[in-house]
Amino acid sequence: MKLKIRKNLALIDQHDKNFMYGGRFGGNFIPETLKKPVDDLTKLFTKLRKDKKFLKERDNYFKTYVGTPTPFIKLDNLTDHLGGAQIYAKVVSEANGGAHKIYNATVHCLIAKKAKKKYIVGDTGAGYAGKMLSMAAKKFGLKCKIFMGAKDIKRQRPNVEAIKKNGAEIVSVTTGSQTLVDAVSECMRYWVSNCDTTHMCVGSTVGPNIFIKICAWSTAQISRELFSQVEEEFGKIPRRLKLINCVGGGSSAAGFWNEFMNTNAEFIGVEAGGPKNSKLHAAPLTNGSKIGILHGAAQYVIQDKEGQIGSTESISAGLDYPGISPLHCFLKDAKRARYTSANDEEALSAYKLVSRLENISPSLEPSHAFAEAIKLAPKLDSSEVIIVNSCGDSIKDKDIIKKKLGSYTR
Amino acid sequence: MKSKIALAFRNCKKEKRPALITYTVAGDNTKNNSLKILNAISKHADILELGFPHNTPIADGGQIQGSSYRALNNGIKLKDVFQIVKKFKKNNPNKPIILMGYFNLIYQNGENNFLKSCKLSGVDGLIIVDLPYPENKNFANKCKKKSISFIQLLSPTTSKERMRKIIKDSHEMIYYISMLSTTGGKLKVSPKKILQNYNTIKRINPQKNLVIGFGITEKTISSLKSANGLVVGSMLCKIITKSLKMRQNPVTKLAKVVYNLKNKIL
Repeated sequence: MKLKIRKNLALIDQHDKNFMYGGRFGGNFIPETLKKPVDDLTKLFTKLRKDKKFLKERDNYFKTYVGTPTPFIKLDNLTDHLGGAQIYAKVVSEANGGAHKIYNATVHCLIAKKAKKKYIVGDTGAGYAGKMLSMAAKKFGLKCKIFMGAKDIKRQRPNVEAIKKNGAEIVSVTTGSQTLVDAVSECMRYWVSNCDTTHMCVGSTVGPNIFIKICAWSTAQISRELFSQVEEEFGKIPRRLKLINCVGGGSSAAGFWNEFMNTNAEFIGVEAGGPKNSKLHAAPLTNGSKIGILHGAAQYVIQDKEGQIGSTESISAGLDYPGISPLHCFLKDAKRARYTSANDEEALSAYKLVSRLENISPSLEPSHAFAEAIKLAPKLDSSEVIIVNSCGDSIKDKDIIKKKLGSYTR
Repeated sequence: MKSKIALAFRNCKKEKRPALITYTVAGDNTKNNSLKILNAISKHADILELGFPHNTPIADGGQIQGSSYRALNNGIKLKDVFQIVKKFKKNNPNKPIILMGYFNLIYQNGENNFLKSCKLSGVDGLIIVDLPYPENKNFANKCKKKSISFIQLLSPTTSKERMRKIIKDSHEMIYYISMLSTTGGKLKVSPKKILQNYNTIKRINPQKNLVIGFGITEKTISSLKSANGLVVGSMLCKIITKSLKMRQNPVTKLAKVVYNLKNKIL
């Protein structure tokens, strides 16, 4: 059954009284101990998002600390090279810290201050969520702990160093696959034990409903800026417009699309298809995974018949997650967005092409989105506009890129 | 007719002691051994909780994670869990068994299907860690129709108003989580404080059997013995881990430990 998106209601508010989107995604599948902290946070956030003073404070930090607006540029060389649609990039990686994770991190720190919490904890995969949270925590005087899979600590070294430099403690998670999924689990377990003193920041639009809301509400800044940048560039919102974004948990895509919900813009989410010759992937939407419960929310998730969460594989740590935001499950089943995947090799060559031709250097996550743009553009004519969210900077991937391509230049 | 869980509590009350409730993971360290463990400890324990393992647990500490990992590595499936229960019940028809785990396994199995298997194998109760009140109302009602106890959880963060609602909708047993912690944490609250909270809950409805769990070990169990029941879980998982490491038989080792626990609350 096709789900319906209600008009004049923000995407994050499209849930029912059980916090389920379309009656099947999201919710709060959490231990009793977390009920109250989640309720408290829900009440506080409901109040704050209506509070003009708080909004002013947020906007002020976005402007002076995050650095808004991030550039919106035409990729002339790439457009000429592919000979089809006009390709643009929203260079969100120009935000302070080098990725979109700064929006969510900043808002969470602001909320933690309002909640009078002294400690903040968060999960990270690619390390950007952790880097930004540690940065913002330092700015706002909060003591910070970051949970990161041991495998990711090895493969995302530059961000690990940044987290340490910001004075946060890194907890290496050695259970399970030692990647993002385990980092989120461990972080939630830590919160269960410390929810009286500690604020938790979930690094993406996943987890219990309130974390999905806060994250998507924060990243919506991306499309608020983009909307006026697009209007300025084209005089109006182009009739044939494609907004392409990578999706792991789905936080940057949710923010990239939000303000365009009621336009004709086509939304394309690109999941991580994993290595070409591997059965493993991190693309539950593309590969028809069933609905299951992961980290407190119902969503399409890679799992076996029994309901054990499945293994994933991707060159990009930030997309290497078996689930996907309930918001994206909802957008998929409402047929508002479509989802596809790019494999490791396609992402790498997209990185190579884009960084060779243009003055931007997308990390391996948005390189998945560029891979889709590169596939699509030549098939379209020049009246079509493609915008890719270049949501992260490649510097964190220098080791991987060097290993795979022989060299890394920035 | 009174349920086996209610009868177990009644017997303990007659003996003026709390019910001893154990938790072990099905399939830890093998399918056979976990059945043997149940058989051996059932002589001293009043109610047996049996975990059906999940590989992404958000509320379990290291010890239970370790046990679950061992069990899953042995290829334990839900059907094996039910088989263990069935085999156990054949020799111990009156000993109550409570399955404990995460909702996704039930969701994938289908609620009705799962409850049917519970009924067929002789499961007496269910604890679902990540299906809180009021989201669990529907499922709890389904359990009730099948005469399976759905055990509600309360925690130190549960408000009194919420407690009243939960207790009103609860079945014959309620589980109080002693402290803010995943399973197996060190008891960071004094037994006196735990009992104070316990008594507050008890006063809301004295008829309900209220048990305390999380952080209970040989060292702390006697100080909490005024409760209706006490759950020991992570400590038992830890002993299985230890005995495997030292190449000892986890079955005999566990039987001895549970015997000792029982003696501490007599």
